[in-house]
Amino acid sequence: MKKTYINGVGCISTQKTFDTVFFEEAIVNTTENVLAVVAPVYKDYISPAAIRRMAKGVKNGIVASALAMKDANVENVDAIITGTGLGCIEDSEKFLKNILDNNEEFLTPTSFIQSTHNTVGAQIALSLQCKGYNFTYVNGAVSFESALLDAKMQIEEAEANSILVGGVDENGEYTVSLFKLAGRIKNENDLPSNVLNANSTGAVYGEGASFFVLENERKESTYAEILDVEIINTLGKNEVETALVSFLKTNNLQISDLDAVVLGLDGNAASDFYYKNLSENTFAQTPQVYYKHLSGAYDTASAFALWMASKIIKTQEIPEIIKVNSVSKPSYNTILLYNQSNGKNHSFTLLSK
Amino acid sequence: MKGVAITGMGIISSIGNSVEENYISLIENKIGISRIENIPTVHADVIKVGEIKKTNEELVSELHLPESNNFSRTAMIGAIAAKQAVENAGITSINEFRTGLISATSVGGMDMTETHYYDYFENPDLVKYISCHDGGDVAQKIAEELGLKGMVTTISTACSSAANSIMLGARLIKTGKLDRVIVGGTDALAKFTINGFKTLMILSDDYNKPFDNTRKGLNLGEAAAFLVLESDEIVAKQNKKVLARVSGYGNANDAFHQTASSENGDGAYLAMKKAFEVSGLRPSEIDYINVHGTATPNNDLSEGRALLRIYKDEKVPDFSSTKPFTGHTLAAAAAIEAVYSVLAIQNSVVYPNLNFEVPMEEFELEPQKTLKMKNIEHVLSNSFGFGGNCSTLIFSKN
Repeated sequence: MKKTYINGVGCISTQKTFDTVFFEEAIVNTTENVLAVVAPVYKDYISPAAIRRMAKGVKNGIVASALAMKDANVENVDAIITGTGLGCIEDSEKFLKNILDNNEEFLTPTSFIQSTHNTVGAQIALSLQCKGYNFTYVNGAVSFESALLDAKMQIEEAEANSILVGGVDENGEYTVSLFKLAGRIKNENDLPSNVLNANSTGAVYGEGASFFVLENERKESTYAEILDVEIINTLGKNEVETALVSFLKTNNLQISDLDAVVLGLDGNAASDFYYKNLSENTFAQTPQVYYKHLSGAYDTASAFALWMASKIIKTQEIPEIIKVNSVSKPSYNTILLYNQSNGKNHSFTLLSK
Repeated sequence: MKGVAITGMGIISSIGNSVEENYISLIENKIGISRIENIPTVHADVIKVGEIKKTNEELVSELHLPESNNFSRTAMIGAIAAKQAVENAGITSINEFRTGLISATSVGGMDMTETHYYDYFENPDLVKYISCHDGGDVAQKIAEELGLKGMVTTISTACSSAANSIMLGARLIKTGKLDRVIVGGTDALAKFTINGFKTLMILSDDYNKPFDNTRKGLNLGEAAAFLVLESDEIVAKQNKKVLARVSGYGNANDAFHQTASSENGDGAYLAMKKAFEVSGLRPSEIDYINVHGTATPNNDLSEGRALLRIYKDEKVPDFSSTKPFTGHTLAAAAAIEAVYSVLAIQNSVVYPNLNFEVPMEEFELEPQKTLKMKNIEHVLSNSFGFGGNCSTLIFSKN
């Protein structure tokens, strides 16, 4: 069975994560409840005519994937697998508003075409002329992990040698207002936000695109090997630790073998306990890191976390800005990522140098 | 290869609320294309659709959902089909083995979003529907209805979505990641898709006529279907009846245009080629092809050319599109057609490609026009979607 290596990464996020080594320019914003991407110079990657036409998520996906491919020094890939919670939601909003406002008349197809969930994966395939396998997963907080698991299976079974895999989501204005109404996004009155010590429900929202080139061989650009990915829909409050230990056991590891754990803490007091118990007990002696205070919470924020964990292994350093506790290790070779959303869509991802 | 066992099926479509009803409609030429009743739309007198003639209220009561539920129509028909499939497979303890659910949808909860979009801020009772918009919520609801706690995910690659969920499920079993996977797709009719396809000018105002020279476009439909895939270990251990097997699959991208298919059907050709490689079968071993056959000028030309490329000098086997019965049910299409493919194998039958009159001028391909009885060992089923997404599945007799 072939092994899976992360050989290139590209990240467009609410922080400056392109043209940087790691988090040297990162800023924690606690005074806003919706964060926007720090946009790259799109015209360096996409023609001006296409920039005007393309959805935000498509543009960010194309740039992030181009960065990842350059990083891995590959010109093409065998497959493209994408995860997205809501796809190109701005175009869905636009088309739906036009339907409702104009009583189903005077419509043009552009925004309908772009609203399809697999637009990002399709546009990347089109720009690369990649005729290989092309899947898009849309399942909330495990959209990206589904893509990752699929990619890992393809490489293990030698169905593909190199795969572009990514997670992408964009914020749409009206959807954001609905998420505020539904309490998914933190209320303005509950700001400033505190992700480590959640004192209110909802989360600060973000958006972004993180892409990775996965290959079946280790090379100079390799960040880490992906040892395993597991997706579990439902876990009770007291079942997470057991599931996690058994996941590690399948990989012949135990908690003490981990050099760091990446927690999806999102400052939501309603479901924070899923992380808190692990943070305070299970991983008390393990270096813990968090990221949603930098990336914002969104369905595929865990792709940002994978980018971050890859960087930790490569740089052998945990920047202060992402530390949950003060525990440190001489080296960072084995890292576990855990994420969930409101008690559903749990995922474990295991990396090793 | 032996293929992954299918041990259960469930379906709800415009031609029936169960596997049996769907089969009877298919062999008795009972079509499900009609005028739209459940959605108020200005296009009601122009378009014909494959609508399930049940209101949301009727679906709620069929599922015994509480008043406070926030199920979208997509989730309700999905839950109905998935429950049937699980029951049909004789599963009583859903989490007994490592069991997953792979759903597929393109519209998700759009039917609720478009109904309440501007009312959310005025009516607090509606706020519960905000979270049912996204595609993953449909799978979440189905998982909860089944009591399934393991791996749950959703694929959305437009009109090939369910083929890809069946493909993923088969791979999860082959690689030993899961023992049992419930795979399929669901999509309800929505103003969003009706108007979307309308602006693309690919909706027919008449009954759709796949592979006919005078075809004018598709009829949209709504449906859900799920199949239960199980490992050979479970099949042996529980002495399960195997309905048929998923013996081949392939996905490729046309990389030509966001919505249109390439003239030579590159993606379709590559998807079929891969499926043959996986199955180890030769094209000539296929007894029946359930084509994608949407009846749009572009699809049928592209798919036809791809078929001719696959078969080169050989005769293309009996083929038909079942979309004149059901309409094009988008992300559910490949799932309902998987059920129809299994039924074709079980009952030794090729379904008629209804409404076909005049062969296309571009090539000499004629679908099977009438019901035909013959032994069927292998069925090939195609599904293609926006974004150049092309998928092929091959089903084989046990």
